[in-house]
Amino acid sequence: MALSGMRGLSVFISDVRNCQNKELERARVDKELANIRTKFKNDKGLTPYEKKKYVWKMLYIFMLGYDVDFGHMEAVSLISAPKYAEKQVGYIVTSSLLNENHDFLRLVINTVRNDIIGRNETFQCLALTMVGNIGGKEFSESLAPDVQKLLISNSCRPLVRKKAALCLLRLYRKNPDVVSVDGWADRMSQLLDEREIGVLTAVMSLLVALVANNPDAYWNCVSKCVRVLERLTRSQDIPQEYTYYGIPSPWLQVKTMRVLQYFPAIDDPNIRRSLFEVLQRVLMGTDAVKNINKNNATHAVLFEALALVMHLDAEKDMMAQCVGLLGKFIAVREPNIRYLGLENMTRMLMVSDVQESIKRHQVQIITSLRDPDISIRRRSLDLLYGMCDVTNAKDIVEELLQYLTTADFAIREELALKAAILAEKFAPDLSWYVDVILQLIEKAGDFVSDDIWYRVVQFVTNNDDLQPYAAAKARDFLDKPAVHETMVKVAGYLLGEYSHLLSRRPGCSPKEVFSIIHDKFATVSTPTKAILLSAYIKILLHSQTVDPELQNHVLAVFRKNETYLDAEVQQRASEYYALSRKGPSMVDVMAEMPKFPERQFLQSALLKKAEDTEVDVADTSATKLRLMQLTSTAVVVADQKPANGVHPALTRVPSGQRNIEAPTVPVANGGQSPAPVDFLAIEAAPTHSAPESSPLVGPGDSLALALMDNQASTVQPTGSVTEWFDALCRKDSGILYEDPFIQIGLKAEWRGNQGRIVLFLGNKHTAPLLSVKAVILPPRHMQLLTSNVPDTIPPRAQVQCPVEVTNLSPSREIPVLDFSYNNSSAMVSFKLRLPVIMSKFLQGATLAPADYIARWKALMGPPNKLLQEVVRGVKPLPLQEMSDLLGSLHVAIAPGYDPNVNNIVGAATYFSENPTLCLIRIETDPADRTQIRLTVGTPDTSVALELKEYIKERLVDIPSGAAPTSLPGMPSPADDLVGPAASLAGLI
Amino acid sequence: MIRFVLLISRQGKVRLTKWYSPYTQKERLKAIRELSALILPRGPKLCNFVEWKGLKVVYKRYASLYFCICVDSEDNELDGLEVIHHYVQVLDRYFGNVCELDLIFNFHKAYFILDEILIAGELQESSKKSVSRVISAQDTLVENAKEQASSLSNMIAQATK
Repeated sequence: MALSGMRGLSVFISDVRNCQNKELERARVDKELANIRTKFKNDKGLTPYEKKKYVWKMLYIFMLGYDVDFGHMEAVSLISAPKYAEKQVGYIVTSSLLNENHDFLRLVINTVRNDIIGRNETFQCLALTMVGNIGGKEFSESLAPDVQKLLISNSCRPLVRKKAALCLLRLYRKNPDVVSVDGWADRMSQLLDEREIGVLTAVMSLLVALVANNPDAYWNCVSKCVRVLERLTRSQDIPQEYTYYGIPSPWLQVKTMRVLQYFPAIDDPNIRRSLFEVLQRVLMGTDAVKNINKNNATHAVLFEALALVMHLDAEKDMMAQCVGLLGKFIAVREPNIRYLGLENMTRMLMVSDVQESIKRHQVQIITSLRDPDISIRRRSLDLLYGMCDVTNAKDIVEELLQYLTTADFAIREELALKAAILAEKFAPDLSWYVDVILQLIEKAGDFVSDDIWYRVVQFVTNNDDLQPYAAAKARDFLDKPAVHETMVKVAGYLLGEYSHLLSRRPGCSPKEVFSIIHDKFATVSTPTKAILLSAYIKILLHSQTVDPELQNHVLAVFRKNETYLDAEVQQRASEYYALSRKGPSMVDVMAEMPKFPERQFLQSALLKKAEDTEVDVADTSATKLRLMQLTSTAVVVADQKPANGVHPALTRVPSGQRNIEAPTVPVANGGQSPAPVDFLAIEAAPTHSAPESSPLVGPGDSLALALMDNQASTVQPTGSVTEWFDALCRKDSGILYEDPFIQIGLKAEWRGNQGRIVLFLGNKHTAPLLSVKAVILPPRHMQLLTSNVPDTIPPRAQVQCPVEVTNLSPSREIPVLDFSYNNSSAMVSFKLRLPVIMSKFLQGATLAPADYIARWKALMGPPNKLLQEVVRGVKPLPLQEMSDLLGSLHVAIAPGYDPNVNNIVGAATYFSENPTLCLIRIETDPADRTQIRLTVGTPDTSVALELKEYIKERLVDIPSGAAPTSLPGMPSPADDLVGPAASLAGLI
Repeated sequence: MIRFVLLISRQGKVRLTKWYSPYTQKERLKAIRELSALILPRGPKLCNFVEWKGLKVVYKRYASLYFCICVDSEDNELDGLEVIHHYVQVLDRYFGNVCELDLIFNFHKAYFILDEILIAGELQESSKKSVSRVISAQDTLVENAKEQASSLSNMIAQATK
């Protein structure tokens, strides 16, 4: 074997092995490092063999975890050696010793590049392997084109090409720009025709990364991927060496199915059918076999297939089959399968309509909560958390509480938090909720964060009926031996506020309550002492008849603590002492705390915490998934049945209780405005963070709103109106406007020159919105049919307002919605632009090249119907982005029709009363990206004129959220606008 | 993707590490320490996965040696588990009934083989035959170079006599 020659290394390794303890080992290593250092210093005398030996030793020492801060140069220099034996060592040691940010790597870029483009295949392999394993920005910048060439080269052997594919993947991860989308989509598709499984596997890994970033660009790969799967599952043309325990490359199968999961949906019926055939075949072959490896490989493929089936939103039968399989898996003996069964069931919860069938396995899942394996217990906990709803909350939460006493420490905090959230979310009644949280504190006080008990206090404060119950419960818990400090806090607080409601019950006289609390005073921490002092004075002043004995006690406590070390306690003690001596006249000062304003509820903070502490993966990725779904179908969710059935009682303020806080307080605090019931965020906070993450309302944004009177100016939108508008220009559903009281969503459908818009007006507030008025001012060229909006929107209700749009003639003007409502304290009114822009009436048209040219020539006339303009001050964009932009306006780009590669041509049909075909060409100047020549040709020049101006506006001012609304050099839209839009445009 | 590969002995000694994401030496040590504490005490009848810092570690014990790979949370766990077995099979084929000692004294060989199986944390080659072919070709290249060198030095030695 190759090592036989390297005696010095073997000796060193066995020396280290023989060290009795860590100190001896370190001494031996230090000695060796000193030795190597000296050897490297007199570099001249080292033979290549010695050099190799020493860098191997260095790597070994480094691998053991010691710092090796010298000798990197020697390792790197071996890369430049001419002989394979040294080069190989240089490459492998460098790739293990240095990471991507290391300066020394710069020294070898040239050598590495020469090896990659050189003729020596073995050197190519070494270089590609190292670059693939280290990555790094500089490699990425200087080597990517060469690596790409190797990957698509016909003359390279598979050995080199598969390394090139993975090397490119690494470079792409570091810097996605190394792969230009337009060219690579076709190349990838060609690469998928590869027959050699090794290369295909590497290419598929690359494709996973590419598609994950940009699925739209790689649609052409879908059918090829399905074909690869067919080939694999039917075992067609699979060489023996690529089967693993008789299964055709399970890894390639898994990767291919992974690729398909990144495409939003697969609509082509033929592809879909073939894919489902494949999946059905995989789902059928689930028989467990004796050989564990074969079993694992089969199940690896099977679980991936399950994930794909879920993603594809398959037919009900197939979904049921999947849930059935998972149900079987969570009950098997093999722990891996049990683990994965639970994990995938959690993922499955995201699919609609299966919750019920998952619930059937609840007993089994609860059993897994007591599995000997913590990995499985975690999965089970997550699944229970995910599947909990009003119907099973009581069972599940009680199970969790019971488990809490025996749970591992590693899992307790998460467990406590989850139990608290579930109890709150799905409580059948509030007293149960209080019970759960108090038990939680009792059983796992150390793991109950402050957020949790604050939340109880808020609920109790806001629900009068609950107060005596909570106080009595708190009193009972204090009686138990060894009370946790958190319990002292919450009980102290609750009894301070509400013990007077109990005063007639036995054992609940002010004096008794005081003494039972005060028993704990000596042993609690300073912050708790402060809470207790407040409780004492409240108990004292709330009692109807002043008990002199109690008063003396309390005053003595205050006196004693006037000299307490902590300033807060000291201050409270002195102030309360002074106050209590003033007697009953101070009762008002110490009245019960007012109700908490709903929107300051901490719910989101609690849930956010759950997200942060969540080590669990399935759930976070599921959250991501939900987030994605939410942004795409924002408004549509509104009429969907809430998946978990949020319990409304929790947020209800008892009738007769006015919300204390004036509703006019601006919610300009950006993120923290969690209205407990939000029409979009049915799933509550995690999903909520999407709209909330928008920055503070900027000055430019508020200008987009034409505020009618100053009185209303305190109600601010919770995000950027301009951004919402821009987003709706690009897609057809989403938020149009939102403030603390109302949310206006919009969903639109377009066909030809007709459109149907539905406005969803949701009242987020607890009081009805009155005098609601929505008037749409149509521009001249459009016909709008609006249905009536009800005058009042009840609390937490949503009304829909459909609008029919007909486009009559070409114009860039857009309709404006004039909206007003009364939130019972002020009149709020604003104007909103509706995203009925020209591109909504455009539809891409694909023409054959000959046809295209013929039409173009016809337009050239005479009479000349081509409108041409040189536009300056264009936002400098790469060609691809500009063509994407044009594509986003629904113009079908015809790449390659124009012989000049710097030009973009395309065609679209514009629908007004009559459809008109429009041809569009943009000529760019590679030397000056800010300047283009735009040509628009249509038989109807009025269309051409409007369309040209419209495209010009887009190119000069790209509608992106953060961009300022006007750019220098942009023609002011107000100049040539008339009608209602003009008045608005003046404001922008 | 695979973030890193660890080979740890039952006593917690590191036998091989390979990192596909940039980790500093400090982070590496911490990871090794935490994972040893997490994995080594686990009994034989538990599953092969542990969750760690939002990632997943798939491990398998072969005699006295634990092979661990750390993958992304959404990666296919069984797929990773069989990557480990695939690597072990190739090692076995190369060393002939591989044992821990082989890997200790030939850790660089283990590196060469790993490099033919994984690049950038992704599976490069799933054919054992193909990997073995490449590795033996490498060995031949190195042997040839050695022979050349020795014959050359012989010649020089003789010439200078």
